[in-house]
Amino acid sequence: MSQPTIDFDKFKPTRSYIAARKRKDIVMRVLIVLAFIVALIPLISLLWTTVVRGVTRLNWDFLSHNMTNVIGGNPTPSGGYGGILHAVIGTLEITLGAMLISIPVGVMCAVYLIEYAGKSRLATTIHLLVDVMSGIPSIVAGLFAYSMFALVVGPGTINGFEGSVALSLLMIPTVVKTTEEMLKIVPNDLREASLALGVTKQRTITKIVLRTALPGIVSGSILAIARVIGETAPLLMTAGYIVSTNMNLFSGEMTTLPVYVYQEYSKYRANCSAEAATGCVTTIPMERAWSAALVLILLVLILNLIGRIVARVFSAKKK
Amino acid sequence: MGQHIDVNHLNIYYGSFLAVEDVNLNIEANKVTAFIGPSGCGKSTVLRTLDRMHEITPGAYCTGEVLLEGQNLYAKDVDPVAVRRDVGMVFQRPNPFPTMSIRQNVLAGVTLNNRSISKSDADDLVEWALRGANLWNEVKDRLDNPGIGLSGGQQQRLCIARAVAVHPQVLLMDEPCSALDPISTLAVEDLINELKQDYTIVIVTHNMQQAARIADYTAFFNLKAVGQPGHLEYFADTTTMFNNPQNEEAERYVSGHFG
Repeated sequence: MSQPTIDFDKFKPTRSYIAARKRKDIVMRVLIVLAFIVALIPLISLLWTTVVRGVTRLNWDFLSHNMTNVIGGNPTPSGGYGGILHAVIGTLEITLGAMLISIPVGVMCAVYLIEYAGKSRLATTIHLLVDVMSGIPSIVAGLFAYSMFALVVGPGTINGFEGSVALSLLMIPTVVKTTEEMLKIVPNDLREASLALGVTKQRTITKIVLRTALPGIVSGSILAIARVIGETAPLLMTAGYIVSTNMNLFSGEMTTLPVYVYQEYSKYRANCSAEAATGCVTTIPMERAWSAALVLILLVLILNLIGRIVARVFSAKKK
Repeated sequence: MGQHIDVNHLNIYYGSFLAVEDVNLNIEANKVTAFIGPSGCGKSTVLRTLDRMHEITPGAYCTGEVLLEGQNLYAKDVDPVAVRRDVGMVFQRPNPFPTMSIRQNVLAGVTLNNRSISKSDADDLVEWALRGANLWNEVKDRLDNPGIGLSGGQQQRLCIARAVAVHPQVLLMDEPCSALDPISTLAVEDLINELKQDYTIVIVTHNMQQAARIADYTAFFNLKAVGQPGHLEYFADTTTMFNNPQNEEAERYVSGHFG
């Protein structure tokens, strides 16, 4: 075969081409930085507003009292203006309940999909269902939990655990998906190494595969919690709203922080009659709402930190 | 002491695809047997049937017999988990468990099975296995450091120590040096030479010089064409295989005319 006659010089970049590429490079850099700033503006503005408005009423009295004996904008006997103790307890209990349901179910579902199911039809179906579930509007999850408890326990049942069930419906798809991704990236070499040592499949999964994937599973679960901890609508429907502290997850209404924020926002202004005591604040509901919102953000932040620490402790050690 | 393996009429399948056809082979105790041959001829596949690792691939199975000291590994009442305790395996890429220290890696075969072991027994086992893998002097001061912090060659010897620590009769090695530099390769080869006093060793290698250096017997696998099943073409002691093979294909292969 003869050598094809190609003028290779014409493939060499010309000076104007290089200059044009440099210009494009600058333009794109500017665009990317701008996009980054645009993405940051709402985030920073949100954090700034919440912090500035939230700190005004955020004090120990606010954290250690519930909303009983709060009348209009009047100060309570303790000197505060009511608080969020009951909502913090409600949020923690209901979210913990949702975690206890959805993390075992989600992790085991992912283990089944990755370690056992292969490409079976059942696995494809479960994948489809998980995808559909992750798109469920939260209010629908609330309706589902409400109707389920109405059928099983009795009509009109409202309690904290019902809220946990509603939230777990929203959490499970996230937990399944992130766990699945984490199990997929555990190298097959490790499974084989373990099996070749005469270790059973069950122990290989629990002690090698899940152990290696643990940091990822933890951060995935934290993400799922962060997603549901701010849910309002399904909880309004399933857990209700009260002003006093209810420690019992399984009986009686419970308030969570987002629901509290919503209720305070709905009041908008408190009454201060002419003969009201001095110190009556008409704008107190909105101030309480901002403070509660700030506490919610801090709660998610703390959860995130705990997740990171756990992930750090259990990650593959490298020196 | 190592045990000998007899392979009779072994056919290995991936689903409906016959990957390796009618292998008959006697692997002697306390000798090094090397499997050589072109890519895709099924040497690793045959190796993996010797400790029933083959069947963890979905759809994979085999017919025929693999007799370890006369006992068929594929008999109905044999538990594959027990087989893998008698027949250890070292893989191509070093694969220490990333969440474990050097010490924990060596003890993995014991602890993962939830056997309790006293601290002094564990210390003895770790030292014995690491000495056996020629790694003790390099790591004795940092046993609690992570296993993946070692160099590639050290990691591979750690994997050998891990396999040895469960006291197998046979050690299978699937191209154990192909990811290692020449110095680490030399260390592992020296180790194989020592290990054969205690174990029967079967090693798959792409490196014919390596087979010539370390193996007592060599099995040459071949395949007629891509997509056809592989088969055992020729089996001989290593000297015959490399100096005077009585098989045309094997002669062409070891003399570098193909493959």
